[in-house]
Amino acid sequence: MADAGSSGGFGAWLLDPKRRGALLVTPALTILFVMNIFPLLWSFGLSFFNYRANRQRVPQFEGLENYADMLTDEKVWERFQTTAIIVGSSVILQLIVGFLLALMFAKEFPMRRIVLMLVLTPMMLSFVSVGVFFKLFYEPTFGIVSYALNFFTDEPFVMLATPAGAIAGIVIADAWMWSPFVMLLVLAGLVSVPKYLYEAAEIDRASSWRRFWTITFPYIKSLLLLAILFRTIETFKLFDIVYIITEGGPGSSTETIAVYLYRTAFQFFRTSQSSALAYIVLFIVIVLTNLYLYSVNRRAKEVD
Amino acid sequence: MGIYTAITSVVGFIYFFPVLWIILTAFKTRPDALAVPPKLFFTPTFDNFVSVFYRASITTGTSQATDMGLYFFNSIFIAFTSVGLALIVGTLAAYAFSRYPLKGNETYLFIILTTRMMPPIVVIIPIFLMFRLSGLAGSYWGIILLYTAFNIPFSVWLVKSFFDELNPEIEDAARMDGASERRVFFRFCIPQILAGLSATFVFGLILTWNEFLFALLLTGVETRTVPVAMARTLGGEVGVDYGLLAAIVTLFLIPIFFVTFLLQNQLLRGVTFGTVKK
Repeated sequence: MADAGSSGGFGAWLLDPKRRGALLVTPALTILFVMNIFPLLWSFGLSFFNYRANRQRVPQFEGLENYADMLTDEKVWERFQTTAIIVGSSVILQLIVGFLLALMFAKEFPMRRIVLMLVLTPMMLSFVSVGVFFKLFYEPTFGIVSYALNFFTDEPFVMLATPAGAIAGIVIADAWMWSPFVMLLVLAGLVSVPKYLYEAAEIDRASSWRRFWTITFPYIKSLLLLAILFRTIETFKLFDIVYIITEGGPGSSTETIAVYLYRTAFQFFRTSQSSALAYIVLFIVIVLTNLYLYSVNRRAKEVD
Repeated sequence: MGIYTAITSVVGFIYFFPVLWIILTAFKTRPDALAVPPKLFFTPTFDNFVSVFYRASITTGTSQATDMGLYFFNSIFIAFTSVGLALIVGTLAAYAFSRYPLKGNETYLFIILTTRMMPPIVVIIPIFLMFRLSGLAGSYWGIILLYTAFNIPFSVWLVKSFFDELNPEIEDAARMDGASERRVFFRFCIPQILAGLSATFVFGLILTWNEFLFALLLTGVETRTVPVAMARTLGGEVGVDYGLLAAIVTLFLIPIFFVTFLLQNQLLRGVTFGTVKK
């Protein structure tokens, strides 16, 4: 080991071939371990006890009881269904809107930089402000959505009163915020398509439909999958917007698993049960991710 | 081309409309903000922006400075430091994962990714207890390290994909010429992925800028960030002061908008770079 004090010593010591890889990953892994993995293990431990954060008594070991409780709780299954509906419709909407926007921005045109910024802005807003202002937009008397719809119908439009309307309200707000993210990824794919492929298709007089499926789609397919994965994971955790716009209502029709998790942990103070539920959620997300990674790897092999 | 610009501008404008409405609300008086029918044209006022920083005290009637200036500083300082830190340690780790694979390389990468998938609510209670025990609660370092940890998975995965795209033959050639490993890293690898690093920085900044839940629980009076201060304006007896909230949202949008605008080309190139198949 070189002396850290000699000229360039620290660099040489740091880049000693034997431990180079391990040393380079150490800072990142240390921070991750202290701030993320350790708390995760802690709450994993808690999920086997009957700990409640608002009680002083010593927690008792309960084994898998919390998991059994959660998995047999009908409410939990309802919340999963609600989450699946919201995640499914929001991600599909984001893909459609993001894709169309990407097609629009794939060409160069004057003012592209500025128009692109207009579309990217929703992503930079906080969930709190999007929630509060979309709730105002949907408001039956003051809201612009109801105002705009009143041109077509005389009936006052109350968006959030029905389960379907409330779900639509959340999905629209979330999809509006995150479609630009999907757009960026799809745009990256569109830009990467070699120009000569289109020129060749031009000569072959392939229809634009066929050109899309045989040339464009293969290039954006893996990026679309990446977008689906990212957005599914993130939407699965959707909390702030739901909590502000509908508070889970009407009834419990828009209560997502994340909102239910929040209530279990911070309103009912069933700390251990909420940890167990969170691990069930994590398990589902890991299965989804593995399915995704599997499909991407298989595709990578096909390409090779 | 003129028509194309016109069409896209209209689409962009429609997409931007909710944001525009928020910005307009910031210039409205309280009655205008809740007018029926909603007002698109009105006499603008700067009162909301003034009351972001100076608010009339209910008891004395005199104008008092709010701490919003400090909260803006906190948000900027915390977000930039933690995203920058995550980018630095993330880049080092990504370089290692790409160039000197460890035993169980894929497993490490997967575990790193997994930490980002957990619903954040689960780790809140352990982190809260941990912060209280270690005295990190309410300090800059606590929240900065936490946000750094949130940004590392993303930085590692993205930056690794940039390193993977580079041609290792150039690096080997440099080594043959006697370049040190450090020189290879700083002179050959880093310059080639600068666009990618900028893109990673902007993405991380966007994701960190508006974080609310942890900031609410883990920042103190001195280290409070703007999203937390924003939420605190909601709980008034007279209902939400939309004008004031809109003014804060508008002001808070400016720095992140500016950074994204400056690094826009890098953002687009960076996203492309990391994902193009060879």
